[in-house]
Amino acid sequence: MELTTLTYAFVGATFALYIGIAFWARASTTGEFYVAGKGIHPVANGMATAADWMSAASFISMAGLIAFNGYGASVFLMGWTGGYVLLALLLAPYLRKFGKFTVPEFIGERYYSRTARIVAVICLILASITYVIGQMKGIGVAFSRFLETDYDTGLYIGMAIVFIYSVMGGMKGITYTQIAQYCVLIFAYTVPAIFISLNITGNPIPQLGILSTMAEGNTYMMDKLNLVVSELGFNEYTTQVLGSKLNMFAYTLTLMIGTAGLPHVIIRFFTVPKVKDARVTAGWALVFIAILYTTAPAVGSMARLNLMNTIQTGPVGEATGNIAYENRPQWFKNWESTGLLKFEDKNGDGRIQYYNDKNKEFAEKAESFGWKGNEMVKVDRDIMVLANPEIANLPNWVIALVVAGGLAAALSTAAGLLLAIASSISHDLLKGIFKPDITERHELMAGRIAMAGAIGAAGYFGLHPPDFAAGTVAIAFGLAASSIFPALMMGIFNKNVNRTGAVAGMVTGIGITMLYVFQHKGIMFIPDTSFLGDMSPNWFFGISPNAFGCVGALANFAVAIGVSKMTAAPPEHIQHLVEDIRIPAGAPAATEH
Amino acid sequence: MNKNSDYWKENLRLVVVLLTIWFAVSFLFGIILVDTLNTIRVGGVGLGFWFAQQGSIYVFLALIFVYTKKMNALDRKYNVHED
Repeated sequence: MELTTLTYAFVGATFALYIGIAFWARASTTGEFYVAGKGIHPVANGMATAADWMSAASFISMAGLIAFNGYGASVFLMGWTGGYVLLALLLAPYLRKFGKFTVPEFIGERYYSRTARIVAVICLILASITYVIGQMKGIGVAFSRFLETDYDTGLYIGMAIVFIYSVMGGMKGITYTQIAQYCVLIFAYTVPAIFISLNITGNPIPQLGILSTMAEGNTYMMDKLNLVVSELGFNEYTTQVLGSKLNMFAYTLTLMIGTAGLPHVIIRFFTVPKVKDARVTAGWALVFIAILYTTAPAVGSMARLNLMNTIQTGPVGEATGNIAYENRPQWFKNWESTGLLKFEDKNGDGRIQYYNDKNKEFAEKAESFGWKGNEMVKVDRDIMVLANPEIANLPNWVIALVVAGGLAAALSTAAGLLLAIASSISHDLLKGIFKPDITERHELMAGRIAMAGAIGAAGYFGLHPPDFAAGTVAIAFGLAASSIFPALMMGIFNKNVNRTGAVAGMVTGIGITMLYVFQHKGIMFIPDTSFLGDMSPNWFFGISPNAFGCVGALANFAVAIGVSKMTAAPPEHIQHLVEDIRIPAGAPAATEH
Repeated sequence: MNKNSDYWKENLRLVVVLLTIWFAVSFLFGIILVDTLNTIRVGGVGLGFWFAQQGSIYVFLALIFVYTKKMNALDRKYNVHED
């Protein structure tokens, strides 16, 4: 069958499934809208958490970043998995014991302060909206390719679908749909990886494929890739760093603590029946996440190898060594029409030269071949996963499946985040602070309006995203890392931190991080307003804006503890509350309100 | 109260041990010592690279399940488990 028809069929069938489940499990009470009814099994909850977690950034964007950054992209792999260790050991069981709906609710009660709760809501909204912008970029890429339109149109259609989808559901619907979405996305991710690994290395297990030799000859696959990229002036794949080692350290740490501070993930641990289950749910979530994350390095490296081999068909420097533009494969043409892939025939020879013209030494050598600069003027990293099966000549149904999987990943996370935004506005701000006597129906309505507003804002920024999907998402992690994680952790592990300290800490942490991001990436990500420029020489110790959250978090801890020392200790009943959170016995039933 | 604070201390000790391993496999093996470890090869890649892109994730998984198991035992030992 033709690719377009197949794609429509796959995407249509999976969407019908999700919407069917959402309709069947439609939320009717506020409790069900925010957190699914109690009694979801840890394995099922772990799977739903994994779907919630793995977004367009993981599915669509990450392998593309791995493909072009090689070893440097390890920050995403370690950062987005290692955070689960922190979550399981430092937060999940205690937050479950506390047993409330939302993260700001915990912060408000532990720090006995409405101000703390409001500050937490603001931090949470900033982090979540930035995160949704990243999803919108991914959704835009997927829809533009699938509907064969330009990126902007793809984005508008994606916004409409996310809107219908998340406003209707609520958590109960979302938990069951997310289990379905996990199955779709993991199948869609691993099937092409197995095919490609088999093609290139003869080993069907991608995790072992990257360690193996090429199917033909006995060169190791990674050695071959290193050779192919360095021959064209690019950095060696397995050793290239992202900025510097210090930047990689900071980046990884930021993503890890951001993981443990993101409200849409934490909220899931409120829904398990027992404290014991909260611990093991984090483990199961990571099992399901690890399946994709350990496959991603294979997807990235093999996509890069295939891409290089498609363009550089013969020896470097020989006139016929490069593919002629008119002979370019179909996938190349498809992606050109989205505007995310661009070719410019700089030396007018009708062939494609793809090399690193920023490498001075190699650029000189290239000139002697008659090359006048890199002709692949735009290769958007975010297209790699979607283009990968086409580049590897896999059957059409595999390509259709990947599109459906990418959409599943983006939708599930966008919906989870929108829910966290909705609950913080309607539950924390309206019901908790400004209008305690609000009816359930009005609270639900306010939540839905908040979702619509958030989609609009995220879509607007999605038209000019500050970075690739994964980069944008990394900024969201920085914001969560610098504000929410320290407040939660100190709330449990340090009895002496009081309300003044907590508020001062959160404001300092997120303030420093936002200032740093905005001065390099532009105020509200509008590029012209960046007053220091997004250039590495201006970076603080070479730490990129995406990686700066851990510095903000450090400041948060220091300020909170310092200020608490100078002001009155928390009242007795709060000290007892903390002692009570620390032991599992006597946990309230899951979210019965 | 004493019983509960002993429970908490033992819990903290476990968390510190597990987080030390967490730090070692990711930040230490995957970033700080990566070049040294890369001199040892696993199949076609260096050991440091392997830890950064594969090994650390497997260890993270093991850490959470070990923690779960140990904490369940600890809950019972101090009789603070649910039900």
